[in-house]
Order: sequence, then structure tokens, then C-alpha cells
Amino acid sequence: MRGATVTVSLLLASGALAFILAFIAGLSRVSENKAVRVLTMIYVEFFRGTSLLVQLFWIFFVLPQLFDIRLDPFTAGVVTLGLNYAAYASEIVRGAILAVPDGQTEAAIALNMSKFQRMRYIILPQALRTMLPGFGNISIELLKGTSLVSLITLQDMMYLAQNLRAADYSQSLQVFGILLILYFVLALPLIVLSRYLERRASRGVASA
Amino acid sequence: MEIFNWSYAAEVFPTIFRAMFVTLGITLASFAVALVLGLILTLLRRSPVKIIAYLTYGFIEFVRGTPVLVQLFFVYFAWPLVPVIGFEMSAMTAGISTLGIHYSTYLSEIYRSGIESVDQGQWEASRALNFSKAKTWTKIILPQAVPPVIPMLGNYLIVLFKETPLLMAISVNEMLMTARNLGSQVFSFVEVYTIVGLLFLLLSYPSSLFVGYMERRMNTRYMRKAKVQKMKKEDVIS
Amino acid sequence: MTGKPIVQFKNVKKSFGDLEVLKGFDLDIMPGEKVSIIGPSGSGKTTIIRMLMTLEKPTGGEIIVDGENLWHMEVNGKLVEANEKHLRKIRGNIGMVFQHFNLFPHMTIMRNCTEAPVQVLGLSKKEAEQRAVQMLKKVGLADKVNNYPFQLSGGQKQRVAIARALVMQPKVMLFDEVTSALDPELVGEVLQVIKDLAEQGDMSMILITHEMDFAMEISDRVAFFADGLLMEEGPPQELFNNPKSDRLKSFLQRFSRV
Repeated sequence: MRGATVTVSLLLASGALAFILAFIAGLSRVSENKAVRVLTMIYVEFFRGTSLLVQLFWIFFVLPQLFDIRLDPFTAGVVTLGLNYAAYASEIVRGAILAVPDGQTEAAIALNMSKFQRMRYIILPQALRTMLPGFGNISIELLKGTSLVSLITLQDMMYLAQNLRAADYSQSLQVFGILLILYFVLALPLIVLSRYLERRASRGVASA
Repeated sequence: MEIFNWSYAAEVFPTIFRAMFVTLGITLASFAVALVLGLILTLLRRSPVKIIAYLTYGFIEFVRGTPVLVQLFFVYFAWPLVPVIGFEMSAMTAGISTLGIHYSTYLSEIYRSGIESVDQGQWEASRALNFSKAKTWTKIILPQAVPPVIPMLGNYLIVLFKETPLLMAISVNEMLMTARNLGSQVFSFVEVYTIVGLLFLLLSYPSSLFVGYMERRMNTRYMRKAKVQKMKKEDVIS
Repeated sequence: MTGKPIVQFKNVKKSFGDLEVLKGFDLDIMPGEKVSIIGPSGSGKTTIIRMLMTLEKPTGGEIIVDGENLWHMEVNGKLVEANEKHLRKIRGNIGMVFQHFNLFPHMTIMRNCTEAPVQVLGLSKKEAEQRAVQMLKKVGLADKVNNYPFQLSGGQKQRVAIARALVMQPKVMLFDEVTSALDPELVGEVLQVIKDLAEQGDMSMILITHEMDFAMEISDRVAFFADGLLMEEGPPQELFNNPKSDRLKSFLQRFSRV
């Protein structure tokens, strides 16, 4: 199944985009600047409020017509998946930052650290631990989300499976059975990883 | 060609709006399936028979680990070909069952967290009062486990709602499918897809605000965050 | 102890919403002076030092640190609200030890003590480590440099927190009920460390405490706050043996006769 390569590269590209954006958006959500906060919130709520498939269609079919921006299916897929899952992941980033006890910020202020130093050396390293299990789950969701790009004709695993089926209807069971297992095999490392991270997080670091 | 044709948008709006109710119907039906099946999965996972518990766990992880779209095709196209237990379904039934099964695995996790948050002492008290196992579940544990997780269930109702457009892949006439059919008549998708997007936003954003509100209320009621905040305030002014 | 005060509170007020916690008080701290602040819960004691540490913003009055206004700065002859840069400049004079330690859980004891000197003061890693070891010796924990906070007892954590603040060499050190979160048997070791510091140091100290014997022993001066006001202040002997106000009398009674 050649489609697996497409699926995996789609996963990696949109995953990278999503996590970078998630950090930017997550930090913006806790910014002191109200305009930044509100703008990010609109972005996040917009992408969380509408359906992924609708966004995909909008970016692939409507953008060219409206603004003459033509994206090939792969780019459209990466952009949509990246923007969509970044919106969800940014909530994880934000939640994790807010979950770091106020005392940590206060101690850092008492040591006269600047805002940047506080975030970089004290808050983020601690928040990162809390974020990881959430990131693991998001990446599973992202892998599943990649299957949607078959609907904008990108030839990923899903798309090629449909072609195979179209060639011979009696093979449906084998084709989709194998496809399910393939996706699960791809997801398995992510599942194992995020369950491990979840267990580690729930054990927690004893508070200082 | 005009960039956004308002009169065309107004013309197609009623059709898309009607399709919205199909979408809502699918959402509610599959959520009902998920609610019931999710509870069954939760209970099976706690079964004292190890093999049942493990099989259930495996099923949950498998369903959660694979895309809904693939499952949808499997249920609609492949299931009828499964020997003995396979049977054919309408696209609508296949869609509702797939979404229902998929999200039941998520809901079972939520039920589980609710059950685990019930104090161990409640089980012991039920035993001390000689409740039967069924009575313990229905009268003592679940009434305490479910209310606190209602907001989280609500969140998944919204997630499920946003997944319904997938059903267009097996030609169910929900909103997105209707929009595509309309759009392909005139080869313009700007209006139809924008309307669908806005309708989704219009329905899901207020719902998620409502769920957030419920969540805060539940937290106060079940004395978690509220207690912490109160303590903190006292700390500051002492 | 003569000369200019290192810290001056001038008619400082603080409200949280409708709740007026501090109704305006004056208090001067001289260089090297040890001042204990006592009073019932809810009298705004903690708020006083949190404002000095810039963790809370006063709603009225002025705080002067080493001759400079803390919450305001002069721009073209006019007093305006202090910006972060100004706050950081003045804040460098002040250190604080918290009730709940607030050690950084993701760093070793050594890094807890060296992170700020390296990042804020710009010391080299080596210099910072030398200083840290010196201070950790002072609090008797030089052997724990490679441990993480969760491996220490409460008393040990608090001693590390003291060392961490000392490494920054503040002119004024604030102690916010540093023993209230400790198990009774661990209180002694922390108080001993503070006592040693008080005896050897020319550093000013402001202590919020419920340990009356301790306050009596180490303070040059004690200030009693109640109902958001500075009710009485003076040398500890005088205040404890000869309280003037009824408020202080009843407060002390409750403490000594338990």
C-alpha cells in the first residue's frame, strides 16, 4: 500500500505545523495584551466550532474561487489539519500553563526574573510535562483526521483503498479490514506512548 | 463572476437549512447509541472475567485508534460481506451506527472517570448495607458518577455533531452533501460551503459556551475548584 | 542603626474588590533592622510584604525602597505608574521566602539556587555555583545539591528556599509565615537558620510570624496589625510585656495561654 507514505508524510507535516501553531496560539491566549488574546480566541473558537471536513472543503474549493489561492490537495490537507488540530492543542498548551501554581511565578518574581525568563525557565518546563499526554492524544486524532483528505482527492491510504474496492466490490471486506488494521498499526506507537505519558502524569511530580 | 453571490446564497439557504435538521437528527440518534453503548463498554471493562475486560479494552483502543471514515466504509461496504453475522444497512443506519460506536468508546472513558471519582467508601457503605450488586450500581454509584461528567458528555455531543459531515462519503444527505450537490449544479462552492461553515459555528459555539457554563456550575456544586479558590483568597489576606 | 530607612511605607492601602484589607499605614524599616509583623489572620500582614515584593499592587500610598519609589517612577518630572523595567530594578533589593516554599520542582537543589543568579545577575555558572554552595552550607544542606525538591522534607525545602533567596544577596529579606506549612517537629530547624541569619547579617528582615517566642528573640522591633491598621509597634520586650491596646492584649493572651 503506497498510500501509507502519503498518510505518514501528511501526519508528520501537519503535526509539525499544528504543534508550532499550538505553542504560538497557546502563549497568545495567556498574553497580557488583550487584542492578542481576543484574536487568538477567535481563531481557536472558529476552528473548533466548525467541522474539519467543512474547513477542508472550504480551503480546497472556496479559497481558489474567492481569493484565487490555489493549493494542491497535499498542501490544503497540511494547512487544514495543522490549523484545526493546532486550535485544539493550543487549549492544552494554555491549560497546562495556567495549571502551573501561582507560587512558581511568584517565586520567580521574587528572584527578579523577567517575564520572558519566568516563562522560559520556570513555567514552560513544568507545563510541558502536563501537555505531553494531551499532545499524544491529539496526534492520534490527527492521524485519524488525515483520512479525510481522500475526499479532496489526495491519494492517501484511504483513497487508494476506495479505488481498490471500486475495482472489485467483492473485495470490500478484505480491503477495508486491512485498511483498519493498517491505521491501527500506525496509531499503535502513538497510543502506547500517550498511555505511558498519561500514567506518568497521573503519578505526578510531588509538589515542591 | 461575482465573488460572493448574495442572491444565490439566499436562494440555496432554505435547502441547506432543512438539511441541518437531518444533521441534527443524525447527531442525536448516534449520541443516543453512544450513551448506551458507552455505558455497556464501561461495565464490561470492569467485568471480573479477565478475558471480557481485556477484549473490551482492546476493542475500545482499536476503535479509538482508527479513523471514523474508514470505519464508516467498513460498516457500510464490508460488513454485509462478513459471513454469518453480516447484513446490509441503509447508508443512514450505517452512518448512525458508526458514529455511535466510535463515540461510545470515548464516552466509556468519561463514564469510567466518573465512576472512579466516586469515593471508595460508597462501595463499602453499600456492602455494609447489604445492597445487591445491581442495586449498588443503579442506586448508589451511577447517580453519583454521572452528574459530574454531564458537561464532558456535552462536549462530545458537540464533537459528534461536527463529525456528521463525514456521512456524505456514503451519500447521506446531510448538510455538507446537500451543499455539494447544490454547488455542483452551478460550479460555485463559495456560497454553499460558507453557509455550512457558519451554520456549524452558529450551532456549536453557543453550545460549547453552555457546556462551559455547566462545567463551572458542576465544579462549584461538587466543591472542587471552589474550595481551592476560597483557600487561596484567605491565604492572600491573612 | 541610624541613617535613611531602607524601606518606607507611606499611608499604604490595599483593597481586594470591596474588601479593604489595609486601611493606610506608615512603617519604616532601617538597614539591618529585623522587624516582625504579628496579628490575627485576615489583618493584611501577608499583603504588606507581597506589595513590597511587587506581587500585589497597592491601591493607595507609596512604598519607598532605598530612596526610590517602588510602584511609581519619574518621567519628565511627573510620577507615572512603574513599568516592568523599573520594578525589576528596585525589586533586585528584595528577596522573599514563601509559606509554601515554591521551589522549582523540575530543577535540582543546585539549579534552584543558581538559575536566577545566572539568568538575572549574569553570573557565570561557576560563580553562581560557588555562591549557592556557600549559602547551602549556611542552611546545612550542601550535601543535597543533586537532589530534587520532592526528595526533601518540608523543613529542608524551606531551608533551600532561604538559600535560594540569599544567593541573590538582597538588602531586604521577607519571610512570609515560613513555618506555618511545616510539621511541628520541623519548625525548629528553619527557625534556627533564620536566627543565625539575623545574628550575623546586616541584611534587613521583615518576618510575618505566629511564633511569638521567636519574634521576641530575634526582632529589633515588632509591629502589630489588626483590622487593616498598624495598631502598635515597638521593641519586642515592650510590646509583649506591656501591651497598650486591648486588641493586642487579647491577641497575646490567646497565644501565651494556650
